Amino acid sequence: MSDQALLTASHLSVTLSGREVLHDVSLSLHRRHLVALVGPNGAGKTTLLRALAGLQSSTGAIHVAGHTLASLSLRERAKRFGYLPQGHVVHWPLDVKDVVALGRYPHGATDPARLTSSDKAAVERAMLATDVVAFADRRVTELSGGERSRVALARVLAVEAPIVLADEPTASLDPRYQIDVMKNLRDVADSGVLVIVVTHDLGLAARFADTVLVMSDGRLAAQGAPQQALSDDIVADVFRISTYRAEHRNETIILPWAGV
Amino acid sequence: MVSIAPAARRRTIATIALVGLVTLLALGSLGTGPVKLSPLTVLDALFSGSSDVHQIIVREIRLPRAILALAIGAILGLSGAALQGLLRNPLASPSLFGAPQSAAFGAVLMISLGWADVRSWALPVAGITMAFLSVFVLLGIAGRNAGLLLLILAGLAISSLAGAATALVMNLSPNPFAALEIAFWLLGSLEDRSFRHVTLALPFIVAGAIILMSQRSAFRALSLGEETAQSLGVHVSRLRLLVILGVALGVGGAVAVTGTIGFIGLIAPHLMRPIIGHDPARLLIPSALTGSALLLAADIAVRLIPSTTDIKVGVLTSIIGVPFFLYLIMRERRALGGGVA
Repeated sequence: MSDQALLTASHLSVTLSGREVLHDVSLSLHRRHLVALVGPNGAGKTTLLRALAGLQSSTGAIHVAGHTLASLSLRERAKRFGYLPQGHVVHWPLDVKDVVALGRYPHGATDPARLTSSDKAAVERAMLATDVVAFADRRVTELSGGERSRVALARVLAVEAPIVLADEPTASLDPRYQIDVMKNLRDVADSGVLVIVVTHDLGLAARFADTVLVMSDGRLAAQGAPQQALSDDIVADVFRISTYRAEHRNETIILPWAGV
Repeated sequence: MVSIAPAARRRTIATIALVGLVTLLALGSLGTGPVKLSPLTVLDALFSGSSDVHQIIVREIRLPRAILALAIGAILGLSGAALQGLLRNPLASPSLFGAPQSAAFGAVLMISLGWADVRSWALPVAGITMAFLSVFVLLGIAGRNAGLLLLILAGLAISSLAGAATALVMNLSPNPFAALEIAFWLLGSLEDRSFRHVTLALPFIVAGAIILMSQRSAFRALSLGEETAQSLGVHVSRLRLLVILGVALGVGGAVAVTGTIGFIGLIAPHLMRPIIGHDPARLLIPSALTGSALLLAADIAVRLIPSTTDIKVGVLTSIIGVPFFLYLIMRERRALGGGVA
């Protein structure tokens, strides 16, 4: 953690229709890290993610690799953040390869039919990494939920941004795809990217993340390595649950067990 | 990577075929009327220097009508495709924002005040002004960062208000002749239009078209939803403003010189989707060409249909358009229920 932080936020607050949904959040995150953002419903996870990407106006300061977020144009921000929202909406039955190619939009490739060779290469890498090459020519609306979420992830990876923000990328996926998506994101982080993932799955968070941010009522209740940030005390305090913990093949298992 | 050539070639062929169709229909429009002229005669009258009666018929009487049909059909098709792209809703059309209805009210007010006869510019200027006004009111109600639901509801309210205001003007009209003139004008027609009308409407139509075309790639990014589009660098609230402005300019200018001609903006993009695909950016130009072809064809048809009274082109497009609209609602109800939205 000695290298310079890629993304820092200091005293970040967001007020939505008179209610403070994010209160004085400060954090400092590094490249090559997979950061899990956990917390009960309504804790402000999505708001924090949107604020970090500049999609939600906030007070406080956000720095991305030395630049203040406010000083960056919309397009410069778009090059730095790959943003994967919840739901993976595609409003028209576009071809999968055209959807993925939209990841190159911030780089000036606004027409999927006219990509430069470097844009094409980025699209290809993203499609390989998420294993969607097989249905490149199919319409995205014809795909299953799991396939569609991989296409959405491919679109985000095609940006090749230094920061990837993913809002519940494993929601509504079967167990196999949940693991696949987390492995994908782990690989992305290992390639030098800062990945922040909102998730409700404490087990996935503990297993795949380097850092866990625990949110509660708009505040950062804990941050640190999974073992510390998801300690019995913190989990009981924030989620009002007890957990079952174990080791399996040198990896931590945290299983929500009962309400407290 | 998979080759994209076949789809691209199909789009190019379709676009060229549409240009050919529009050209043929424009020649047909110039040749249709009380004096039937063959396409060759039309071309001769258009381009030869000799002065004869054919030349006057083609250049003075029918050319403005054909140009207006071409340009207005194009801007209606383009506006429809742009609004469907902006709203990500295949049922969107220019009338959704109340701009045509407001433009019609402005023009009707001029007719009723009797200003349309003495000063023919009053009609288009009032129409364009009201179209502008309706958009500003719309944005005022909805706010700069308003969601689409709010925009649609505000547009509905404004078009209802414009319709009510038009009804009031007709209600208060001093004599039955004025009311009749208004009623006929509202039906929408390209008859007896001169180059004066062309020069009044065309600059606004062209400006609107340029604005809409300049935003084409943003419609594609918007396929992924507003938030994702913004995360990709699309200034969504500015895009919305520009699209509404472009539609108001183009449609406001068009409505003011022809009355209300409906459903072309709704139909044109739908006819193109099976051929061009659903990419909202690629649909713009083919939809504009289809709009031109539809309006030229409808305007030829009203001159060919034998009837004692002239059938107005706006009536014909509605007679064809409304059943098509119902068909779309039925089809989209199933499709949208299936998760496209």
